[in-house]
Amino acid sequence: MNDPIDPRTDAGLAGLREPAPAGLAHSTLVAVGLADDYAVIESPVGPLRVVWNGRGVSEVSGETDDATFETRFRARTGRVARRRDALPADLARKIERRLAGDRHNRIDLDLRGASEFERAVWMKALEIPRGEVRPYGWIAAEIGRPKAVRAVGTALGHNPVPLIVPCHRVVRSDGMLGQYSLGGPENKRAILTGEGADPDELETLARAGVRFFGSDTTHIYCMPTCRDARRVTERHLMHFPSARAAEAAGYRPCKHCRPIGVQVA
Amino acid sequence: MDDRRPDDAELAARLALDLDATFEAVVRAHQDRLFTIALRTGGDRSDAEELVQDAFVRAYRALSVWPPPRIRELRLRGWLTTILLNAGRNRARVKRVPTTELAFDPGAEPAADPLARRDERETWAGLLASLSPAQRTAVVLRHVDGLSYAEIAEVVGRPEGTVKAHVHRGLATLRTALLASEGPPGGLRAEEISA
Repeated sequence: MNDPIDPRTDAGLAGLREPAPAGLAHSTLVAVGLADDYAVIESPVGPLRVVWNGRGVSEVSGETDDATFETRFRARTGRVARRRDALPADLARKIERRLAGDRHNRIDLDLRGASEFERAVWMKALEIPRGEVRPYGWIAAEIGRPKAVRAVGTALGHNPVPLIVPCHRVVRSDGMLGQYSLGGPENKRAILTGEGADPDELETLARAGVRFFGSDTTHIYCMPTCRDARRVTERHLMHFPSARAAEAAGYRPCKHCRPIGVQVA
Repeated sequence: MDDRRPDDAELAARLALDLDATFEAVVRAHQDRLFTIALRTGGDRSDAEELVQDAFVRAYRALSVWPPPRIRELRLRGWLTTILLNAGRNRARVKRVPTTELAFDPGAEPAADPLARRDERETWAGLLASLSPAQRTAVVLRHVDGLSYAEIAEVVGRPEGTVKAHVHRGLATLRTALLASEGPPGGLRAEEISA
């Protein structure tokens, strides 16, 4: 210090140092994606913890206890999560619209740590419209890994953002509903029912060996929940046990639900 | 002066190796001084808080694309200050905040602060706010934060001589204003000013 400054001014100015507000460091880390915030929202399957940072939504969790959630989240991501009163307003609005079936409002996702394969599976699941389901084998075929049906199931089980990435719309290749990471199969049934699918009917068809629907006027075959199949009147609706049977009957695959290539167990 | 932040070189070296693992330490090491600078050169506490976060986010984004050798050579203290002041200028342009008129908010002081000290700080904060922006920034960086003249010159992009002049004139103005606010006899005042 070589300034001509009197001690009083020096002390007065030095006394103006001010510690940063308590939450600033965490908020900053959240903004760059090195920590997270979370809030609880209500859903058809009970309260959910939605976790986000500056890069996007990083997790949707069904755990009901903050401490359990925070510990497990930290173990998975290495990051600290802090509970907030509510989601940021724009994110809350987007999630509400997504859960209502609007696939075209973009929600940024923070999927760091996921493999390329997992990302491909999750992004493909995002294409399944509300009220419809696809078998694991459909995802496998669509992402160019037709033999990786089991790995698709595993990847969906690891989906960190259930409901936002609708892994509940992916069912077993034999048509039964299968497992669900967010609280088990009953939740899967409840969510699908809420979306306008009819899980009981789907399972009844599956037990009867029906995998595809066709229309005898268009000679197109579909996944049973495809919106095109559901427009076919009872009188013109055909049932097929396999894609091969449909093709053999002279039917071509629907361009919307793309049933071709699906391995049927 | 460097004894206040002995770990900047080490932080830069660690940043170059692993940005994500080190960035929190950078935030913890620099948040108080950046908050102080933002608060004392600009607006209220919530403006300052936003500004500091904004500056750290800009810093992170820059670091995430810089090659490690460039990060290793970084002088964090000055660099972060530059980012903060630039972010503040951009914001002031957008918001058109008359920064000199913003009163220090005594209600936002930590409750544990002794009353006398709070009054003293209010006085000094009020005096600072009466300086021109260039003088205020120079005085805050030199005497509140403790940057060297060379660092300040780099931060504000002006010659060292200009920065020194700003600090000296700013200090003189502060003394005048302090004595005026205390209303001492005229003779003493003149002596103090020239001292």
